[in-house]
Amino acid sequence: MYRYSEFDENFLRARNAQFRAQVARRLSGELTEDEFKPLRLMNGLYLQLHAYMLRVAIPYGTLNSAQMRALARVARQWDKGYGHFTTRQNIQFNWPKLEDVPDILDALAEVGLHAIQTSGNTVRNVTADHFAGAAADEIADPRPVAELIRQWSTDHPEFQFLPRKFKIAVTGSPNDRAVTAAHDIGLRIVARAGEIGYQVLVGGGLGRTPMIGKVLVDFLPEADLLPYIEAIVAVYNLIGRRDNKYKARIKITLHETGLDEIKRLVEDEFISRRAAFKGVDQRLLAEIRGHFAPPEFITGGDSAPTLSPALRAFMDSNVTDHRHPDYAIVTVSMKSHGATPGDATAAQMEVLADLAETYGHDELRISHEQNVILPHIPRAALPDLYQRLKAAGLATANIGKISDIIACPGMDYCALATARSIPIAQEIATHFHDIGLEEEIGALKIKISGCINACGHHHVGHIGILGLDRAGVENYQITLGGDHSEAAAIGARAGPGFSADALIPALERLLRAYLALRAHSGERFIDTYRRLGAAPFKAALYPEEGAHHAAA
Amino acid sequence: MSRDYSKILTANDLRLGDVVYWAADQRWARAITDAVIFTESATAEAALATAFAQSDLVVGPYLVDAIPTETGPAPAHFREAFRMRGPSNYPHGKQEQAQG
Repeated sequence: MYRYSEFDENFLRARNAQFRAQVARRLSGELTEDEFKPLRLMNGLYLQLHAYMLRVAIPYGTLNSAQMRALARVARQWDKGYGHFTTRQNIQFNWPKLEDVPDILDALAEVGLHAIQTSGNTVRNVTADHFAGAAADEIADPRPVAELIRQWSTDHPEFQFLPRKFKIAVTGSPNDRAVTAAHDIGLRIVARAGEIGYQVLVGGGLGRTPMIGKVLVDFLPEADLLPYIEAIVAVYNLIGRRDNKYKARIKITLHETGLDEIKRLVEDEFISRRAAFKGVDQRLLAEIRGHFAPPEFITGGDSAPTLSPALRAFMDSNVTDHRHPDYAIVTVSMKSHGATPGDATAAQMEVLADLAETYGHDELRISHEQNVILPHIPRAALPDLYQRLKAAGLATANIGKISDIIACPGMDYCALATARSIPIAQEIATHFHDIGLEEEIGALKIKISGCINACGHHHVGHIGILGLDRAGVENYQITLGGDHSEAAAIGARAGPGFSADALIPALERLLRAYLALRAHSGERFIDTYRRLGAAPFKAALYPEEGAHHAAA
Repeated sequence: MSRDYSKILTANDLRLGDVVYWAADQRWARAITDAVIFTESATAEAALATAFAQSDLVVGPYLVDAIPTETGPAPAHFREAFRMRGPSNYPHGKQEQAQG
């Protein structure tokens, strides 16, 4: 993985010293909140409902054990003993004191982590497939390019005051695990006649106006990638709307300007941008690529160890094929039934760091689905690894099932939220586990957001849940048929929302209807929904309406 | 309108981020029950202006509806109920301080 150069280290040290002085001036009263707020946001520090919140970037979701231990240290020493992994491969600490934040940032800098551009109208943390560098279906590792974009965008003088925030995701696999179609720019590595290139999507995004990204270029040669991205962001920077926050994202620019016109503007801009690059980006990319050389995989070992029934169940749900036949990718669920999705205690982070170091070539990944991945585990080590995960309470075998829910922090923490998300996720997970339907329901993506900003990706959940404030009461709208994968789709609203009390029974009716309707046990909820359409599912959600129609 | 006017002044503490309320003794209190209820918008707006001038103590002051009860003001909206108590997934925030 990428190791900071002396330049990177000096930059971060200087930036942290600068922020330390800004915090001191704020505490002494020299800076007002109006003056300080943009400075703290540039360094990832928010003020939430109950406390400050520090959002630390985990670039393209990759961590080593030392970095994971540093996150554990922050949780234990300066927070309340845990951190929250987010849907953009960041980690959030919910309780830092303002005066401690400079020390926290210094501790993170020691291991090459920071909170720069995790907020503000800038290019945010570049995200990537959490199986990058390990997946059997991968064309190329997306992380070198993600790192190149990170270096280019960090403190980029032209792009510190964009019309709105700007999110970029990269996948190196045709199975899109990075939700690239829901990003301002989505990059998909493609191969054509032996040459690696990029399909460039633009204008995707969730939030109050959800849009699936549109293909701007089908195949962009690698040498053109960075100037082309710069051309897109430059065009957006000039023509993106600054008069209305809700119309400021590039998805609206694209919608209002039209794909053809945006393409023309970008390609005009690209000509001069391309000339200015002179190959330095390609030399840098080659150097970065060296940092991401695959670990020295050890061939052999007992690649088919004896499996207990519990380990077999864990393998079925949490273990994915690796590019190397003697290795496997292990997804560690941060969603044991009843837990807060994405939360990890300091002790759990330390166990995961130890396991990565002992078994997994020192690598960890954070997924946008708020789980932790050990990407390089020898198959022979799976029984031992499983025992250690189990001892730490980290062996929940629920990946991809109903309890593997994405949930934003919602109104338990977030100042923007209109309703809570976490208790809904906890109730769904425990309810369907307790009534014994989780295994029978099988593969299902439930995603919950506590407001229309959609950090919980509800639009692309097979079942999406959106928490709203309806006349002073929490109310939950259900959307159906969303898809986060390469077949990305925005779910359709099923009908009126439900109170928190009525939501779980409604979901049970919906899922019992699915079980009765599916063609066979292997037909996923989303497949049955696509085959039959929304009508039978709406009927299950709103039985009184059906009775009403029947009576009329 | 003024007949129904019942608001408290709240903000977050600059250092801790903790929720604070403007109290009768002209200071920031930690408990909503110590908050002063404004029944007229003119006095409430004047207090809000004072709060904005105290940017070395608090962040983001605002006026919000509250219900007078025998034990002091109570939140009128669930958002303020969460701010008064803390998150629902852990016993952190004010509920933790109340226990401690």
